[in-house]
Amino acid sequence: MKRVVITGMGIYSCIGKNVAEVRESLYAGRSGIGIDPARAEHGYRSPLTGIVEPPRLKGLLDRRLRIGLAEEGEYAYLATLEAFREAGIDMEYLERNETGIFYGNDSSAKAVIEANNIVMEKRDTTLLGSGAIFQSMNSTVTMNLSTIFKLRGVNMTISAACASGSHSIGLGYMFIRQGLQEIVLCGGAQETNIYSMGSFDALSAFSTRVEAPTKASRPFDAGRDGLIPSGGAASLVLEEYEHAVRRGAPILAEVVGYGFSSNGKHISQPSDEGCMIAMERALQDARVLPAEIDYVNAHATSTPQGDMFEAIALDRLFGDSRPLISSTKSMTGHECWMAGASEILYSVLMMRHSFVAPNINFERPDDYSGKLNIATETVEKEINVFLSNSFGFGGTNSALVIKKIK
Amino acid sequence: MKREEIEKIVKTFLVEEIEVDESAIAPDALLKEDLGIDSLDFVDIVVIVERNFGFKIKAEEMTDVRTLGQFYDYIESKVGGA
Repeated sequence: MKRVVITGMGIYSCIGKNVAEVRESLYAGRSGIGIDPARAEHGYRSPLTGIVEPPRLKGLLDRRLRIGLAEEGEYAYLATLEAFREAGIDMEYLERNETGIFYGNDSSAKAVIEANNIVMEKRDTTLLGSGAIFQSMNSTVTMNLSTIFKLRGVNMTISAACASGSHSIGLGYMFIRQGLQEIVLCGGAQETNIYSMGSFDALSAFSTRVEAPTKASRPFDAGRDGLIPSGGAASLVLEEYEHAVRRGAPILAEVVGYGFSSNGKHISQPSDEGCMIAMERALQDARVLPAEIDYVNAHATSTPQGDMFEAIALDRLFGDSRPLISSTKSMTGHECWMAGASEILYSVLMMRHSFVAPNINFERPDDYSGKLNIATETVEKEINVFLSNSFGFGGTNSALVIKKIK
Repeated sequence: MKREEIEKIVKTFLVEEIEVDESAIAPDALLKEDLGIDSLDFVDIVVIVERNFGFKIKAEEMTDVRTLGQFYDYIESKVGGA
């Protein structure tokens, strides 16, 4: 079996538009949540969202390469540009060597709805233009990035709801471990426009704490009242260890375990049992004992039920070893299809700079979170191994274990 | 619409929206070979022409249009004169 390492990371998010900005925000416990007034006008129950600045790609990318990018694809392009740069991979390298892509994405609502609006108005599909189809498909991110970066290896989108980004890394890890690919670009992208979250808002799953947006996302806190949708994109370059050493690439961390499961129950209600199985499998795959885990980046989104089930599972799995736990969603909101990838990036930053980012707004524990060791403030701490959880609708669960390279 | 106005509008959208190299624009420039307009760009040009000139390009009327000058002629045949 080959070893798999992370050699580059890039991000575009509501807490920073590159890795350096994000690292500062995480350390400072800075929230990226705000109010989008247009959501209230559109009939949303909650106007709260992660505020992500619209990217400007004109001048950076040719029209033909730009025109198929939906909003989440633009985020993913910028994140990938940074990730490849950090990994020391340029266009010349990509043209000479086979590189794969697994990227998490599970919607492209704006592109679909805007195209439909044009057809309804004009009654003529030929007035949609050439970009609509390439923006509208779920695989929009991978089809565009593979074209822009001339990728010639495995190429597909992972659609697994809020675990999409995490599974993309798990699959990239499996492909490299099996010797099928030497480098796979992994990640997750999430649109943040007004069309993207209406149907999710319909479930009354979002916080309505509008008077204090930065206090609204409060994973594990007894006063939590729902999640805050957010987005952007995070990209990670996964590479076979020996290959990375030969290339002289920066080795940021090692992916050592991937665990997955499906609840086989309710479409939206999480399950402590399903979380447990994914976490246990990831630990077994990594040959790591629960007591060896220094930090857990929880999935916890700030919903009453989801956080409770995860807290039950974490308590059962870790018992007395009580590793430090935080949900970075307290700052970022729920980055949905992107979250599983961005949270690996956040945790790798913590590992590399020896701190645990706080679970902000955790003021009052409930019966379940009270049993956990939740970081309420930034903690200076050496992290050698961490676990990151991601769960999604339909009961899809993913857990990853990442180790420091020594 | 006058010929000069048609040419001005077409040049503007070719440069700003299709991002054609401005120095390549000339009446005898070949749309495909000189200006680099491919079949997907043409799908967008149909949309832009409808927005700017209010008519829909028909592919069968474009079979003999190979140069930019011929493209101006075609648009003029649709909206010229007034």
